[in-house]
Amino acid sequence: MHTRNTRRARLVTGALTALTLTMTAAACGGDSDDPETGGEATTISVATFNEFGYEGLIDEWNSTHDDVKIEQVKVGTWDDAKANLYTKLAAGSGLSDIEAIEGDAIAAVLAESDAFSDLTDPAVEGRWLDFVVERGTSSDGQLIGYGTDVGPEGICYRSDLFKKAGLPTDRDEVAALLGTWDDYFALGEEFVDAEPDVAWYDSSGGLAQAMLNQVENPFESDDDVIETDNAELKAVWDAVTGNAEKLSTRTGQWSDDWTASFQNDGFATMACPGWMLGVIEGNAEGIEGWDIADAFPGGGGNWGGSYLTVPAQGDNVEEAKEVAEWLTAPEQQTKAFAAKGTFPSQVEALSSPDVTDAVNAFFNDAPVGQILANRAEAVTVQPHKGPKYSDILQAFQAATLRVDDGSQDADESWEQFQADVEALG
Amino acid sequence: MSQTKPDDADTRSGRDVSSLPLRGPRSRENGVTRHLTWRQRLSRWDARWAPYLFVSPFFLVFAVVGLFPLVYTAYVSLHDWGLLSGKGEFVGLDNYREVLANPYFLKQTVNTLSIFVLSSGPQIVIAVVLAAMLDTQLRGRTWWRMGILLPFVVSPVAVAIIFGSLFGDKYGVINQGLELIGIDGIAWHTDRLASHVAIATMVNWRWTGFNALIFLAAMQAVPRDLYESASLDGAGKVRQFLSVTLPMIRPTMIFVVITSTIGGLQIFAEPRLFDQTNARNGGPDRQFGTITMLVYDFGWQLRDLGRASATAWMLFLMILVLALINLVLIRRLGSLGGGR
Repeated sequence: MHTRNTRRARLVTGALTALTLTMTAAACGGDSDDPETGGEATTISVATFNEFGYEGLIDEWNSTHDDVKIEQVKVGTWDDAKANLYTKLAAGSGLSDIEAIEGDAIAAVLAESDAFSDLTDPAVEGRWLDFVVERGTSSDGQLIGYGTDVGPEGICYRSDLFKKAGLPTDRDEVAALLGTWDDYFALGEEFVDAEPDVAWYDSSGGLAQAMLNQVENPFESDDDVIETDNAELKAVWDAVTGNAEKLSTRTGQWSDDWTASFQNDGFATMACPGWMLGVIEGNAEGIEGWDIADAFPGGGGNWGGSYLTVPAQGDNVEEAKEVAEWLTAPEQQTKAFAAKGTFPSQVEALSSPDVTDAVNAFFNDAPVGQILANRAEAVTVQPHKGPKYSDILQAFQAATLRVDDGSQDADESWEQFQADVEALG
Repeated sequence: MSQTKPDDADTRSGRDVSSLPLRGPRSRENGVTRHLTWRQRLSRWDARWAPYLFVSPFFLVFAVVGLFPLVYTAYVSLHDWGLLSGKGEFVGLDNYREVLANPYFLKQTVNTLSIFVLSSGPQIVIAVVLAAMLDTQLRGRTWWRMGILLPFVVSPVAVAIIFGSLFGDKYGVINQGLELIGIDGIAWHTDRLASHVAIATMVNWRWTGFNALIFLAAMQAVPRDLYESASLDGAGKVRQFLSVTLPMIRPTMIFVVITSTIGGLQIFAEPRLFDQTNARNGGPDRQFGTITMLVYDFGWQLRDLGRASATAWMLFLMILVLALINLVLIRRLGSLGGGR
């Protein structure tokens, strides 16, 4: 009797020990170095989010360089990358050698410019569009990040769903219908009346981003005072929440439902900056009918566009600078554009035939190079985005979702948004 | 020579601590104070102090990784303290006041308690029942026992992904199934209670098997002759379970309840991964945000370690109080079941 009990108990403990060991072993497994790189090579890690189109470039670098290797660390969204960034900035270690920063947050990161290397280099002078360099430079002249792409926005749409609803499908005809936001919403009403099961646009959050990027001072005044109770922002709010019921999928942008809606004919249009093309192609794999119109309601708009920064805490700052410089050179960004549609911010790349003549097979062979170049030219407003922009935007997105899911009405949610902004301190 | 003999014998047997005279009076038998040898004294000190020495590493490590952070967090909570800017002015209890005045604090406390009750309660009941069933003469016992532990091996992230596709608001498996039979889908990420149920399900999935194994180990330590005499007295299986098994595993029950209280109130990964919003604060209206998520929000999203530390301290006190309440409750319940 007793021995059987002991044996049983021993079995259970043995099993537990084995499991614990397996888990520990698995946990340790991730840290081991790739034996192929050998002991000599320095590995430079590049942390990115969404799609940067760097996979091919990294292979190219690694096959021609023996002393320095690049390793990409990818996360899903900027918000996750941002949480990681601040945690490790505070810890003083643990960041990748190169950290990609979303354009909306570059002002916030500039406030911590001591933690980043100065990337000023005569070799890169004049490489980027002026506003890209301006946003990435601190008041005392430190260049904190190398620009990767910009996000001139067009309207991506499902021509097959347009056809079903009796709307024109040709991209020029569609473009002609999208002069103002009122035109865009009116066309949406028409579409949803014909196709009640399909939403007009992908998410209220996406629409909000598109509209906010046409406002001079969405959240902060020119001297970075937070002013979220302003008329222009309220107008965006009213448009976003007022149309949500009928026209939006009412899912959070980047949520699982949002991703799934690409495969389920969930919506017909979305505001798409260049880098979004790669996201759409990935989420809508196997879906035919996507196209892009050379138009944007209410004038042009720039959404996002990122920077590569080199945190000063890294062990290989010099090599990291070299890699960042290479990745953001016009030739490389041109290839990233071909891979994922990330439209170059480099002056030289903008006139390269590889960009201007580019067509995208997934988007019905649309001349995306020409379209995005036109869209970039149409941008008249570069909104002022201060150090709190990214944080306030997060609260704003949550506020639109509260109206989307019906947990609050527009006025209640607006009040709570103001309180959330207050709490940012 | 002959006088030293007993001493020699003493020191030889001195390895056996119990046979040593531990207290002074015993060595003064017959009123004669015997002079202790150096080795005797050494072995006395050994017997007296060695146990403390052996347990000290835990307390030393605890002082470094447990006590120090606790005290330091209290220190931080009394200051203006930015995540990146570091220590600012001493502000007294201002951070605590600010947190208590923040409507999210109350809301997320209620969420935490609700998720805790929804997870720990069913979890322990199911775990005990499972363990009782595994404590029988099943065919392929080992296989079943290993099987219930499988969910525990899966990382919470993977669990969140799997359950995320089950609990999707629009295209989730459950809601699509409900719509097939003509019922409206459940707003898993919007409705407060529904979101708590979804998160509790994830937690239960992961921890029930683990707790069942702990209960199983306890049940196997119950002397089998108790069951024999119980069945001789005519007690059925259910009666045996209630009157023998449950009272006998009470210490284990206390252990599991306390650990699940501590774990349940600190729940973080599941709700954060369940969240579909960009900020991941537990839903756009914090429907399922927990206290630890509020700590994270204050500390890392609003980058204010002062408020984060104040919240963390209040959470610590809450855990302390709840763990004590649970301890008392379980003692009561146990003695009710055990005392006839």
